[in-house]
Amino acid sequence: MLIRTKVNGEWREADVWAGSSLLYLLREEMQLPGSKNACEQGECGSCSVWLDGELVCSCLVLAAQAQEREVRTVEGLADHDELHPVQEAFLEAGAVQCGFCTPGLIVAVTDLLEHDPSPAEPVVREALSGNLCRCTGYAKILDAVSLAAARMREGKA
Amino acid sequence: MDVLLPRTLEEALEMKAAKPEALPIAGGTDVMVELNFDLHRPEALIDICRLPELREWKRENGMIFLGAGVTYGRIMRELSELTPLTQASRTVGSPQIRNRGTVGGNLGTGSPAGDALPVLAAYDAEIELASANRARSVRWNEFHVGVKKTALEPDELILGARWRAVRGPGSFSKIGTRNAMVISVAGLCLVMDDDARAVRVALGSVGPTVLRASEAETFVAEELTRSGNWDDPGADLPVDAMGAFAERVAAAARPIDDVRGTAAYRRHACAVLARRALGWALAARREGVGRP
Repeated sequence: MLIRTKVNGEWREADVWAGSSLLYLLREEMQLPGSKNACEQGECGSCSVWLDGELVCSCLVLAAQAQEREVRTVEGLADHDELHPVQEAFLEAGAVQCGFCTPGLIVAVTDLLEHDPSPAEPVVREALSGNLCRCTGYAKILDAVSLAAARMREGKA
Repeated sequence: MDVLLPRTLEEALEMKAAKPEALPIAGGTDVMVELNFDLHRPEALIDICRLPELREWKRENGMIFLGAGVTYGRIMRELSELTPLTQASRTVGSPQIRNRGTVGGNLGTGSPAGDALPVLAAYDAEIELASANRARSVRWNEFHVGVKKTALEPDELILGARWRAVRGPGSFSKIGTRNAMVISVAGLCLVMDDDARAVRVALGSVGPTVLRASEAETFVAEELTRSGNWDDPGADLPVDAMGAFAERVAAAARPIDDVRGTAAYRRHACAVLARRALGWALAARREGVGRP
């Protein structure tokens, strides 16, 4: 099935089996392996992307459901060599161990801060409840969210 | 495998009539798991996400209609005055899941653990169905006829649920191992209907389908009448009424032992949830708040 979708601002096409997920389309056909494939059942959040501006697990979206729609992935966050403030904050806070959950968490944190520039900690925990880090590095991830939120507020001021 | 991508309800119903084996997919939170794990490979899928008719909710003539394609995220943002429904929506999955999962999905999958289902049962909702040549509505308890078994005909689609708006407090609560991403071990929705002077209690995850605790409902409505609470929300119930109500709710459960909990634990959980839910509702009546 030929799928045409706008990914990170660019219209792309790929031919996939009709039962493929959006995650498969991105990773295997569009050379965008930033979204990670782990649980394939929406439990871990490693494949988080935006579909028409909404945070979703790309493993639970049928590729055909992205037909003529807009997808934004973790690869769309950095501006060439300049990392997104959330990416910078994860590096500085050491919120990365094995790194597998990192792209999904960066997407989920960016989504949160785009909706709520100064989230209280319970709000952050709720917003990240769909992203698992099995190295259990959550404390530093929370530090990275505070750092990114502060930087993004300064950037806008 | 074919994927059908209708743009309107009319087009979707024609496609379903021509290809009744096509499995509807909306948020994909159930269907995609089966596909990803190769547990089930339907002959065709029909994407119902783009049908505007399913994505709306409305109030008309004292009734509330909730389209099958309304996501839990939208319920939380747009229908916050429906307290039990919003509380149930908040307990679904994670933000990512709530941005995709729909009430129609809970209805179509028909798992007794679907978090929206006890709420629809407590509201006494009618489920609206349509095929290319007819429309009908079925009461919630006639729609779910067994574990993951529904009264949906192969050429039909679920349009949504409709119920009479009630005045009075209500809540949804559930027991699980985590505060997010958890399938409920037991869930309970309690709705007080001040005008009908009735209390409705529905239980999830403790039987083959969602169940109503009818005896407990009648018992507590009579206790409220006897104590004068319907007219004077400050009036106290007899001291043993809460416990007697909780026992009757637990007796209505038909739980089994499974990986998520034992039948005995589930029955106990129903009693705990029932006592708390009634306590919250009575407190809300005393304070004059809560308009589900």
